Amino acid sequence: MSQPVAPVRHVLIEGNKSYHNITEDLCSPTEKAPSKEWIIAFALSSALLGLYTFAVIWTIWKGIGEWGANRTINWAWDITNFVWWIGIGHAGTLISAILLLFRQRWRTGVNRAAEAMTIFAVMCAGQFPLIHMGRLWLAFFIFPFPNTRGPLWVNFNSPLLWDVFAISTYFSVSLLFWYTGLVPDLATVRDRAVGYRKKMYEIFSFGWTGSAKHWQRWESLSLILAGISTPLVLSVHTIVSFDFATSIIPGWHTTIFPPYFVAGAIFSGFAMVQTLMVITRKVLRLEEYITINHIESMNKVIVLTGTIVGVAYLTELFIAWYSGYIYEQFAFYNRVFGVYWWSYFGMMFCNVVSPQLFWSRKIRRSIWWTFFLSIVVNIGMWFERFVIIATTLARDYLPSSWSYYSPTWVEISLFIGTMGLFFTLFLIFTRVAPVVAIAEVKAILKVAGDQFIGPKATKAHGHAAHSAEKQEKH
Amino acid sequence: MAASSKKVLYGLYNDEEDLKSAVKSARKDHLDIMDVLTPFPVHGLDPILGLSESRLHILGFIYGAIGATFGFGFMSWALASDWPILFGGKPYWPVPSFIPITFEMTVLFAAWGMTITFYTICGMWPGVQAKILDNRITDDKFCIAFDVTDSEERAVSGLQAFFSKTGAAEVNLKTI
Repeated sequence: MSQPVAPVRHVLIEGNKSYHNITEDLCSPTEKAPSKEWIIAFALSSALLGLYTFAVIWTIWKGIGEWGANRTINWAWDITNFVWWIGIGHAGTLISAILLLFRQRWRTGVNRAAEAMTIFAVMCAGQFPLIHMGRLWLAFFIFPFPNTRGPLWVNFNSPLLWDVFAISTYFSVSLLFWYTGLVPDLATVRDRAVGYRKKMYEIFSFGWTGSAKHWQRWESLSLILAGISTPLVLSVHTIVSFDFATSIIPGWHTTIFPPYFVAGAIFSGFAMVQTLMVITRKVLRLEEYITINHIESMNKVIVLTGTIVGVAYLTELFIAWYSGYIYEQFAFYNRVFGVYWWSYFGMMFCNVVSPQLFWSRKIRRSIWWTFFLSIVVNIGMWFERFVIIATTLARDYLPSSWSYYSPTWVEISLFIGTMGLFFTLFLIFTRVAPVVAIAEVKAILKVAGDQFIGPKATKAHGHAAHSAEKQEKH
Repeated sequence: MAASSKKVLYGLYNDEEDLKSAVKSARKDHLDIMDVLTPFPVHGLDPILGLSESRLHILGFIYGAIGATFGFGFMSWALASDWPILFGGKPYWPVPSFIPITFEMTVLFAAWGMTITFYTICGMWPGVQAKILDNRITDDKFCIAFDVTDSEERAVSGLQAFFSKTGAAEVNLKTI
């Protein structure tokens, strides 16, 4: 059965691997004692997690008056962080779902880790609306449930409620997609393990055997989940942008927000995947599975989405001028040249100018440049959300209520602390589950292994051989 | 599933191409294959093995339709009938406002419904003890298994001959 697949242009698995080598290489990080780098990283990130816990308790105990947010700028770092983390979460689903639909084979090297990143990033994002409620113990009020007040229902007209549904659906569907993909690989780990580890992986692998019928259903399930996750991932950031776009604040009330937020989300998500993958492939010695070709492909996505974001920024400015509406014009003038001018220029430089360097093939294929620029992009995308949220609120219709915002140590600790939460979860993940999808890598070995294609090819096999024959005929 | 144990004769192949040609010749000889087990999804195996296409996607559509109906129906009932409230002068039944949540509920129901169905029909669940023929099947071996619980000696040796003819790297007998 021939499937519509994108032609493999690059070697995606290096080092003349056999199926058994793949199993060995990808399972070994879960089997060995942790390396020194891992222990240091884990100690650091759990210290940050401790800081986070402290700041959360402080916020809940004392109330959100401990934050720098005030009556004018009532959404500040918290919502900035929320949108930032949600955006980061988008790359995982994009890689696993959209690239699966497009049959891009390079996804197999990075999809597992990117999906895990999605789940952890959404967990970090979810923290902020919850703690912003102040009275965390009443958080269940956001769900429609039969209550003694009538029952009085939640407001289904509110984009904030749409967000509740969008984010909880996104989280749970991503979790299902990720875990179902993980089950066959957990079975691989199980069949190599002994003792208590075997017992644990027996539970987590759900009794997977590798039967042909199960594989068939598994593939069907993955494909449909990918199919429904694709509009889901687009809907999530669209709905996040509705939080702003459906308001009547100049600077927020713009119809360009949904596509612009989605492009920005993919942009920042890929940058975070790069940051993580560059480190992970080095520390876990996965350079032969997450190759320079993978990194280059992701950098191409970054330059594309970065350019889309840049066009959106300029369109916003143009439309503000073209509208002829002075409040809209002032909002954007203030955004660029107002009190927070430095964050606007920071955003422009990091998001629009810096990714353009990736037009150079040399920079695209350089590990150091990739790592550096991925961090620059993440800073830029954080600035973008801050620019939209804080600068807009700082100068509203009433000059008497104009205000300035700067964060307190509590907000800074909360933000840095969520990084602790994120990296702690990611580091645990690298120890308990294969970071690269074993079965999926094996399935593309014969079309993307360096012994089958590319300059070092020694064997001709499978699809590679077929396509070579076809080309000769044409 | 019945808890009774089975005697299984299985052969292990080193390559999926060997496996595919072995399955082809088994089907030609009308041998009754119990199962084929592989470390990854082998494309092109299903039609050779005679597996019909999975109908999971049809169920996915049905679950999604249920989710959409439930989400839209619940919101309509809550805001238009159970406790009508005017929000900012919008109508009691603001259909466009319901679209985002209706969509999310469609996806939620389809995804959970299909995933639960998948695990149920495959007989997989946390704590299920896998009936493992060989630990290397999830690593690099491709397996064809025959149920020989009630088979005669002659039939078993016929299967042995089949395995050696089709180039199996190993043939074993195991009770699971």
